[in-house]
Amino acid sequence: MNGLPLLSISIWLPIAFGLILLATGGDSRASVQRWIALAGAIAGFAVTIPLYAGFDGQTSEMQFSEFQRWMPGLDINYHLGIDGISMLFLLLNSFITILIVVAGWTVVEKRVAQYYAAFLMLSGMLNGVFSALDAVLFYVFFEATLIPMFIIIGIWGGPNRVYAALKFFLYTLFGSLLMLVAFLYLYNKSGSFEILDWHRLPLPLGAQFALFFGLLFGFAVKVPMWPVHTWLPDAHTEAPTGGSVVLAAILLKLGAYGFVRFTLPILPDASRELAWLMVSLSLIAVVYVGLVTLVQADMKRLIAYSSIAHMGFVTLGFFLFNALGVEGALVQMISHGFISGAMFLCVGVMYDRLHTRMIADYGGVVNSMPRFAAFMMLFAMANSGLPATSGFVGEFMVIMGAMQVSFWIAFLAATTLIFGAAYSLWMYKRVIFGPVANDAVRGLRDLNAREFLVLALLAVAVLYMGIYPAPFTDVMHASVDDLLRHVARPKW
Amino acid sequence: MSQMPNFFPALPEIFLLTSTCVLMIVDLSAKTIRRQRTYVLAHIVLLGCAFLTYYTTLDVVSPRPIYTFSDLFVNDLMSGWLKMAAYIAVATTLVYSRQYLIDRGLMRGEFIVLLLFALLGMMILMSANSLLTVYLGLELLSLCQYALVALNRDSAASTEAAMKYFVLGALASGMLLYGMSMIYGATGTLTITEISHRVGVLAGNTGDRTLLVFGLVFLVAGIAFKLGVVPFHMWVPDVYQGAATAVTLVIASAPKLAAFAMAMRLLVNGLLDLAVDWQQMLSILAVLSMALGNITAIAQTNLKRMLAYSTISHMGFVLLGLAGGMVNGNLLNAGDAYSSAMFYVVIYVLTTLASFGMLLLLSRAGVECESLDDLKGLNQRAPWFALIMLIVMFSLAGVPPAAGFYAKLAILKTTVAAGQIGLAVAAVLFSLIGAFYYLRIVKLMYFDDASKSGPVTAHADMRVLVSVNGLALLALGILPQSLMALCVASIKAL
Repeated sequence: MNGLPLLSISIWLPIAFGLILLATGGDSRASVQRWIALAGAIAGFAVTIPLYAGFDGQTSEMQFSEFQRWMPGLDINYHLGIDGISMLFLLLNSFITILIVVAGWTVVEKRVAQYYAAFLMLSGMLNGVFSALDAVLFYVFFEATLIPMFIIIGIWGGPNRVYAALKFFLYTLFGSLLMLVAFLYLYNKSGSFEILDWHRLPLPLGAQFALFFGLLFGFAVKVPMWPVHTWLPDAHTEAPTGGSVVLAAILLKLGAYGFVRFTLPILPDASRELAWLMVSLSLIAVVYVGLVTLVQADMKRLIAYSSIAHMGFVTLGFFLFNALGVEGALVQMISHGFISGAMFLCVGVMYDRLHTRMIADYGGVVNSMPRFAAFMMLFAMANSGLPATSGFVGEFMVIMGAMQVSFWIAFLAATTLIFGAAYSLWMYKRVIFGPVANDAVRGLRDLNAREFLVLALLAVAVLYMGIYPAPFTDVMHASVDDLLRHVARPKW
Repeated sequence: MSQMPNFFPALPEIFLLTSTCVLMIVDLSAKTIRRQRTYVLAHIVLLGCAFLTYYTTLDVVSPRPIYTFSDLFVNDLMSGWLKMAAYIAVATTLVYSRQYLIDRGLMRGEFIVLLLFALLGMMILMSANSLLTVYLGLELLSLCQYALVALNRDSAASTEAAMKYFVLGALASGMLLYGMSMIYGATGTLTITEISHRVGVLAGNTGDRTLLVFGLVFLVAGIAFKLGVVPFHMWVPDVYQGAATAVTLVIASAPKLAAFAMAMRLLVNGLLDLAVDWQQMLSILAVLSMALGNITAIAQTNLKRMLAYSTISHMGFVLLGLAGGMVNGNLLNAGDAYSSAMFYVVIYVLTTLASFGMLLLLSRAGVECESLDDLKGLNQRAPWFALIMLIVMFSLAGVPPAAGFYAKLAILKTTVAAGQIGLAVAAVLFSLIGAFYYLRIVKLMYFDDASKSGPVTAHADMRVLVSVNGLALLALGILPQSLMALCVASIKAL
């Protein structure tokens, strides 16, 4: 690929905007800083459009590759490239960043420049994670994302933010350090940090098992899978709205992405042998966490638990080893990015007005905020997997894929449609319908133009993906088929 | 032996010795408390040393070791680059500590002179090719450090720390000498290169090996004391806390380079054939240090003490690098292992300079920045310095993209290559524990409200240098290759 190094630009442009913001100084210039942030986010998104437009969906090769020797002494290269699996995440990430900037426009009042700088830098680093083809480069971006997120939760978060921030950081660091050891072991075996070289590296089954668990810690914490999920509700609840959105929409996808990029192709035999374990953990996430979600009294916590259940679907899809499962899981990842982001934004809209997240403090919101109620209805439906929304497509594909493997897996997975509807709609009913709970609710203002724009954009995305998912799935077909062929071949 | 020895390789040392003596005399006529003239002269001396080191050692076509003074003294790339790093560390120390010392009436000529003599000790240690030279350099360095710790003679804490340091240091020197005498007894020579040959012959012979290993244990103990690793770490927290922060900076930074050089000279240059034995010892010391250092640091409320325990854990990491050189009797991994350890030490010194530099910057007349609470809300008072400190803390914690990550990565890579996966996992888990207390500092700076008010005031030179120092950690994190290449070349030329 000749021409501009688009991937590098998509990584470094937001980071550069973040640095500029940091240099602009204190809150006295907040209004200018907001516009700079918006410009950065839009510029970041604009870069990903030619990536999508120029992407060739017929091949599973890495596209837009960039290669630069970075640390020859350590065999580490600056190697970027995207395939059908990673393509969509760059789009999603850059899109969500714009929404976060707009959503925080009037809400964030202290240390505005730092707030937006953290999000823009985070956005650039996330693009880096999704396009890195060198394991150390991947690791660097993967870890570096912790720093801005730590700061976002810690500075702009809720009352218990310090605990949540530390828990978030240490949990993820624990997982990724073990992953690092696994990377070093792979390097020692192959003499290279190139991920694509590792895909071809023959490994005995014993080594594959050990590596599988090393990587599993890194990715499972990030997904998060049951039983290492406990950091997520805390982090989500305490994070500011923007933080929750990016956490749910993008950061959780890093772990799942790690499974497709590393675990499945590098350790196909261990993945097949241990699929029972992964499927079991995923089903526990779907069923058990689905039940836990029902009883939450805090809206953010509820959505956080529902995220875990939905991510259980993603990991389930990966370890079914058929095209429906893997593609369904990928679609589910994108769709969950839209829906969970939208749900957190909805809670954010209410929180900005009443400063409470507890379901019990609300009731009858539809009377004072009809337009908001309509949007939230759509997103709650999508969250429970209603057909014609994006939530349905992914879940349905994964259930179909599960059916090809075993009826009972499909049966248990399908319970999510019941639980999802139960927790989403029950929450919706308690918050939006019923008699007006108190005077504060009666006095609520409906959506302003800015909030309307953000939710409308997400609503369009959710419906479009639900009605016509082909543009999303077409991109990934070739790569997923290639992945499945690769996984089917024993490596030893 | 009637002919003149070749003075050329030792020019930097000779220059430093004579000019420090001159400096001592010049300082007698100092009129103000600021000692502007001595201070500037010290910088010029350091610059001269750097030039001479470059001219004598680094600006050569074929990097071969040059021996002189009847093989007592060696000049090679490793000593050259380590000396360069030491000059930078000492010059930075001078800048950082200046205002602090002036504010407390400690800016005496002795500080600068002792600092330069300590540097001379380090340089001799780095270039030592004889057990005697090692001892000479070590004692010169140590005695200067004891005196520096006691510099603040009215402070009970400083005096106590100096006493402790001296007594324990003397004990360690005694052990080192004892070990040296054993090695001498077994090999019949004091010259390190000669010891290496004779040990190679003796190592196969089981009878004499006992004596060698017996001596080796004491040598390792002496080195461990100097690096401050468990179980020879007792002095570190007390001395770090008791000494004036400027002096802590002196002790915590450049001498680590010298201690690393000493380990390289004695263990790698001299006793490589006993690597099987000392690698085991170093691994144990490394794991103990990482465990104790990281876990104990969590309980500290005094910043200097916390950084002391952090030092212990970092030195454990360095030992981990040294312990991965010989694998199954071959030395394929040695270059990587020793150069990654050297990289780690250099990065560590740079990070320490920045962290203590920040403490000095935040300390003003009558205000010590010592306890963790003093950093509270720094982001509100001085966002830029909070950002620099953030980089420093993430570098210490080993989070990319700060330089500390690559240092840890390089060491872990050689540890895994040496087949020591268990050690690597242990190192990683203890780093995780370590991350907690570095994060706590970030938390204090960013999430808590300031308990003190008012902006941070400091001289421009200090502000610039601290910023450069912090940004260097970031720059070396993004582009570590040049420094890495220097370390690799240095080790290759041994």
